[in-house]
Amino acid sequence: MNTPALKELLYKIADDQLIYGHRNSEWTGFGPLLEEDIAFSSMAQDKVGQSYALYQILNQLGEQEPDTVAFMRNANQFHNCVLVELPNGEYDFSLIRHFLYDTALAIRFTMLVNSSYQPLAELAGKIKGELRYHTLHANTWIKKLGTATEESINRLQRSLDMAMPYALGMFEPSPFERELINEGIFEGEEKLKLQWMPKVEEVIAGTNLQLPDWKIIKPVMGGRSGQHSEHLQPLLDEMSEVFKIDPSAEW
Amino acid sequence: MVVLSKETILTWLEEVKDPEIPVLSLVDLGVITDIQSTDDHVTIEMTPTFVGCPALDLMKNEIIESLQKHGVRKVDVKVSFSKPWSSDKISEKGKAAIKKFGLAPPVPSNLFTDIEVLEHVACPRCNGTNTELKNPFGPTLCRSIHYCNDCKEAFEQFKPL
Repeated sequence: MNTPALKELLYKIADDQLIYGHRNSEWTGFGPLLEEDIAFSSMAQDKVGQSYALYQILNQLGEQEPDTVAFMRNANQFHNCVLVELPNGEYDFSLIRHFLYDTALAIRFTMLVNSSYQPLAELAGKIKGELRYHTLHANTWIKKLGTATEESINRLQRSLDMAMPYALGMFEPSPFERELINEGIFEGEEKLKLQWMPKVEEVIAGTNLQLPDWKIIKPVMGGRSGQHSEHLQPLLDEMSEVFKIDPSAEW
Repeated sequence: MVVLSKETILTWLEEVKDPEIPVLSLVDLGVITDIQSTDDHVTIEMTPTFVGCPALDLMKNEIIESLQKHGVRKVDVKVSFSKPWSSDKISEKGKAAIKKFGLAPPVPSNLFTDIEVLEHVACPRCNGTNTELKNPFGPTLCRSIHYCNDCKEAFEQFKPL
């Protein structure tokens, strides 16, 4: 097993889930309606919990403890895509990001069920089932608000146009792409993207929204190698504030 | 010393309940996936209902405490995803306990193909299906929120997974 390749894969998925889970948790108490407040809080708990399970696998591969990895790294040591670190903005942006991100995530874990690395394949089977609730939630609201009023359609359209370059950044190729594919650990970012695009098209086709032309979108890359926007470090500072007061405290 | 049988250990584990649904034992919940025992050492393998379940550590500790109370000297609890949990693993006795507690038991997970399936879950009070889904997410990771139009009351369902 190519351990550096495997670790790089695990880190990027775990970091995506931790950072995106934290963003979801920022809706707690601020949802546009109580049901959505609960939904985003629940998804936050799922995602942070799933990141913890992935950090535990990394720990077994010789990396530091999950808490240390989550709370003690700086922005340039994180491998998440830029999409997940962007501020929540208004509900329309959060919803569009939720839809684009979770559609990809659900496909990624479906692919990972066949991973040659057994601990990841087993965990993926479990996570895949849980993510159905997340994708069903996203699709329901995109369909509802994407066909509702002029305002809801315009808002979602603006957010969709804004989010798309970042969404394509989710599929930034890994330096180990060939090793991962050859060893059967993961079938690769390109294959994931090619399954993601028609899923996105299918849901958007049921709304009054227009997808931008895939060919002219310039993906925002860099996140996977630690090049982040100015939004990540403040998020990390806030997330780790309590932990850093006393890293040895027992919880 | 006599090697403890799997049945004896299962009977003892009946006393350990789901911390969020205190009428439901971990055995009936279906999270105990394997039991190994030698003369004074028992190893329990368990799997969480949801990966992010915050009650997992509490359940592990309660398993250890409970078996030690019965005189087992050394107890190990391992968490594994090799036999993942699904709501279909809840026993019939467990489903009855869930209903008595006031929650709708999960529908078989193979029927859960779309969110629509959750639209008319049977109300645990009146058993009627004049109900609607309010939210596929609820107060804990494993529950959804529904409303019964006949009872004029909200209720929760243990989610199919």
